[in-house]
Amino acid sequence: MIIEAQGLTKTYQSKSGPVHALAGLDLQVPRGTVKALLGPNGAGKTTVVKMLTTLIRPDAGTAVIDGIDVVRHPKSVRRIIGVSGQYAAVDENLTGFENLEMVGRLYHLGGAAARQRAQELIDLFELTAAGNRPVKGFSGGMRRRIDLAGALVINPKVLFLDEPTTGLDPRSRIALWDVIKRLVADGTTVLLTTQYLEEADQLADDIVVVDDGRVIAEGTSDQLKAQIGGHRVVVALVDAADGAAARDILARYGSGKPSVSTDGRGVEVAVTDGPTALQNMLADLRAAQINLHDAGMRRPTLDDVFLKLTGHKADPNATDDDSDAGGPKLTKRAQAKRDQTRAASAADADAADLESVK
Amino acid sequence: MSPRHASLPANDATAKPAATGSATIGSARTLTDPGETPTAETLMAETGPTGTGSRVSILPPLPSWNPLSLWYSDGWTVTKRNLIKIKRSPDMLVFAVIQPIMFVLLFSQVYGGAIAVQGSDYTQFLMAGIFAQTVVFGATFSGAAMALDLKEGIIDRFRSLPMNASAVLIGRTNGDLVLNTISMVIMMATGLAVGWRVTTSPPEFLAGVGLLLLFGYAFSWVMALLGMSVKSPEVINNASFLILFPLTFVSNAFVPSETLPTVLRVFAEWNPVSSLVQAVRQLFGNLGTAPVPDIWTMQNPILTVLIGIAVMLLVFVPLCIRKFASISSR
Repeated sequence: MIIEAQGLTKTYQSKSGPVHALAGLDLQVPRGTVKALLGPNGAGKTTVVKMLTTLIRPDAGTAVIDGIDVVRHPKSVRRIIGVSGQYAAVDENLTGFENLEMVGRLYHLGGAAARQRAQELIDLFELTAAGNRPVKGFSGGMRRRIDLAGALVINPKVLFLDEPTTGLDPRSRIALWDVIKRLVADGTTVLLTTQYLEEADQLADDIVVVDDGRVIAEGTSDQLKAQIGGHRVVVALVDAADGAAARDILARYGSGKPSVSTDGRGVEVAVTDGPTALQNMLADLRAAQINLHDAGMRRPTLDDVFLKLTGHKADPNATDDDSDAGGPKLTKRAQAKRDQTRAASAADADAADLESVK
Repeated sequence: MSPRHASLPANDATAKPAATGSATIGSARTLTDPGETPTAETLMAETGPTGTGSRVSILPPLPSWNPLSLWYSDGWTVTKRNLIKIKRSPDMLVFAVIQPIMFVLLFSQVYGGAIAVQGSDYTQFLMAGIFAQTVVFGATFSGAAMALDLKEGIIDRFRSLPMNASAVLIGRTNGDLVLNTISMVIMMATGLAVGWRVTTSPPEFLAGVGLLLLFGYAFSWVMALLGMSVKSPEVINNASFLILFPLTFVSNAFVPSETLPTVLRVFAEWNPVSSLVQAVRQLFGNLGTAPVPDIWTMQNPILTVLIGIAVMLLVFVPLCIRKFASISSR
């Protein structure tokens, strides 16, 4: 294990009492693997990264990176890690090159080597446009790439990526995924945090689901998906009165209990063999003369994972609604998302999900 | 991604855990292990995904660097960052240059006729006050910049690097020092143009300038601590003015302190800015013939200012460094 953390605890004081950012979180990352911390805002993902990168001290618990204790020897840890944060931490007044050179000098590479390395990263990340102009005025995607390049100045043993694509448009997100995939292909150990199941699925070997400062599930992407069921079939009814009938039909071919949206028009169920189930459902719905606005498949999202694992949505604000209903029910926000995704193909639906989860 | 990387096996999601034949960016990572003895030679690792021969080389930390030279190098690296910022933000430079000119003209021409100073004309009396005010106001850049760096996450970046913890602060306060020096030159030129004259020897003049810049530098550390302590960069300006206005205006900078009501007069006489102004007037030969208040700080202004500078540095440098070592964005 190159990262070994045990019982990480952090409590902040707030006006409404203590907030447990981390409540005894354990984490192991084997050398050369990519691990994703998946969870909603406020789950404690960033706190974990900040502890492991020596930025904040845990109230309790220990963390060791490549055999070095992060609390006792922060400076030694900093020599072997690279960090790219949620907000592109680049100096706007410096050019891309100057930013990278500065980081290289602060890693004590020396001036010549720092400049050489900066140029290599500029070339490697195709940042030539940002190379000799101040960063201010560049797109969010470009800044992220400079920030990521900054994390790679020393070829770190462990790379931390804190929500690397949050706030990026879908195209920049996919481009950045591409960059990260190239890094991890070589076996760099990566710990990344994300709110998007899709992102964890794309990039990570193992996924750790975090909620309320503790780990609630862990496994490979496939294991998690098997647990929550594969694709979802979603249909949108013209008439809400057909809800019960549609629900019965979906239940025939689904792998779980179908859920109905609050307005009664959206019905959704997890399926194992998506295309066949969808065809069967559509045939039965047609036979029952149920009119549809829309029908389609979508991949599971973080919300589905949370619904399955905790009984509530990933959005902490949605918890009350769900407990009132006594079971899985779509929140307004989640429902708006479903509405968005109805017409879309599975892939597009995911992109839309990524948008609305923000 | 460009076509250059289109053929990368890593672009296929299914290939990610496997170590593919073509080494990419992370391939030299074991070479920076602190446990290894770094060699001075350039360590090469192949990076060219298309085999075009592009290579990544990484020099390990230079083994000969001792802590002191590392400290110096880190401080200088961050100072350079702030100097580039001054160069690239003309608005900041203009502000730093125009404001002192405006103050000199405003006070000497507008108030000059109305305020009588015993044994001297107001312009001679005023200049030391303006100098002191400018260096003190100049320190606010450090506060604002620290607050902004914190908000934008740059502090997190710095703190995740194996650099000296004081370097960011040193670089920051050095930036203020440069800015203050530029303002000082402009102000003196403006002052000379409106009739201000130094009547003492060059060494005394230089001592006065040094005292001003040193005071401003020490005060930058005070403001840097404030900048790291506020919740947002927006707060820092208001917070600074709350400190700066009483400090510079309830002093002998613009009016003789004897003219103030008792409470304010006592504050003004013990105000370190008053000592600075008094010391500079003395060193520039702008004292006039007005009697100096019979207070130790006013009778021994140079010593008082030196003590003030020492106290500010001794208290706030460690406080700042300690604060810096524990702050993080959000």
